[in-house]
Amino acid sequence: MDVLINLSLNGLATGMLIFLLAAGLTLIFGLMDVLNFAHGGLFAWGAYSGIWVYTSTGSFFAGIIGAILTGMILGIVTERWIIKPVYGNHVQQILITLGLMLVLSEMLKVVWGPNQISAKTPDYLSGSWEFGGIIIIKYRVFIIAVGFAVFLAVQYLLKKTKIGLVVRAGVMNKEMVQSLGINIQKVFMFVFMVGAGMASLGGMLLGPYSGVIYADMGMEFAILAFIVVVIGGMGSFTGSVMAAVLVGLSGSFMAYYVPDLALAANMLLMAVVLIFRPHGLFGAKG
Amino acid sequence: MSTLLKLDQIQTFIGQYHILQGVSFEVPKGEVTVLLGRNGAGKTTTLRTIMGLNPAAKGSVLLKGEEIKSLPTYTIANKGIGYVPEDQGIFADLTVEENIKVAVKKENDETRQRLDWILNLFPDLKKFWNKPGGLLSGGQKQMLSIARAYVNDNELLLIDEPSKGLAPIVVEKVMESILQMKEKTTIILVEQNFMMASTIGDSFYIIDDGRTVSNGSMNILREDEEMRRKYLGIA
Repeated sequence: MDVLINLSLNGLATGMLIFLLAAGLTLIFGLMDVLNFAHGGLFAWGAYSGIWVYTSTGSFFAGIIGAILTGMILGIVTERWIIKPVYGNHVQQILITLGLMLVLSEMLKVVWGPNQISAKTPDYLSGSWEFGGIIIIKYRVFIIAVGFAVFLAVQYLLKKTKIGLVVRAGVMNKEMVQSLGINIQKVFMFVFMVGAGMASLGGMLLGPYSGVIYADMGMEFAILAFIVVVIGGMGSFTGSVMAAVLVGLSGSFMAYYVPDLALAANMLLMAVVLIFRPHGLFGAKG
Repeated sequence: MSTLLKLDQIQTFIGQYHILQGVSFEVPKGEVTVLLGRNGAGKTTTLRTIMGLNPAAKGSVLLKGEEIKSLPTYTIANKGIGYVPEDQGIFADLTVEENIKVAVKKENDETRQRLDWILNLFPDLKKFWNKPGGLLSGGQKQMLSIARAYVNDNELLLIDEPSKGLAPIVVEKVMESILQMKEKTTIILVEQNFMMASTIGDSFYIIDDGRTVSNGSMNILREDEEMRRKYLGIA
């Protein structure tokens, strides 16, 4: 029983980290029709900048704020100067964002050096609780709680606020949103900024979870995030959280029970979803 | 009567296709101007050009004397133009309430009064207030699209083929609503249904092969069978 609970918590925690990366990716694709391969770079920059602030100030909370701000600023810069000139052209988007991904990763090495950096869990989140012989690691619960809180906050934003309403309408029909007098470019920038902030938060949280951060971590997680976006349905926020949890849990259980198939499991899951529901579990048809 | 909108020798390209090759007309304030023409003549593109969705390459679009040709769509809309597109542009996953809410620019008493007025005109919208727009019938979608354009204090409404694909009884309802709106705002109506166009319209322009080829008061067209046959394919 304790194995099952720990595998589930582990899977949920990983799932939430992937969700933080995938949610922005899916919203950016759904609203802006942009395939942003550089999103993983924002995840890695969040990790590095956040851990740097954390170790410099000694405050884990300040590290989180630093990571989110870094992500948002990089998000605005990326949208304004890199993505905006290639709106509507998928081939150019793929090339330019892949290039940016490489630049972002290499820049991390320039600023913080090529070696991986260790990241410590803050004291108050270290250790574990024990309930009837079942050991629960505090930091995993913390990641799940943060991921869930972000999910609720974004759901509130999308469902209960005017800007959220505009974003949802924009995912369905950008032209009509503009015809109603709304500047969709500003909405694009807002979504990009929120998505980038979430990705950076995910990167920061991953640091103490895995114990180390490294420049190529963005690409590794971006692949998982893309799998999640495809499984959940391009543009579906709910789909991204459900698929992220699914991918996190399948990764966790497969790594324990069938380690040889752990990497293939997610690809297999994606292939099955694509065969039976090409638009993903929650994506719109067409 | 003063001119609200004036198009002068508008030329619009969509990709490599030269769709509008010289569209000119004037819309008097407080009237319904009907754009007529066969399928593919350029009527929808004309409305999209006014909205900046297919910007004009040449010519001018003057709204109360101000050039709006090069402005972005949202700025044009904020100058007081409401648009009811041919495909209605309903946000399928948003409820009727949300479809209207997303359009509201100012939440004040006047907007609430306009909303009450339009909901009395289209009680179906009240009935399906919390239903997703995508689940409405074609006629209800049309009503929602018109309501969304009317809820703000727009000076000009562009309505593209409101009768298209609707049952005759629904067409009557939509026609009645536009007739009532006519009392309060200026309208450009694109319509293939000549009965509807001639009932609502004050003046007409015929567009053929991307050019305005004829115009006049609607009474003239009602009596000119030859012109109707030549440009509209109806007797």
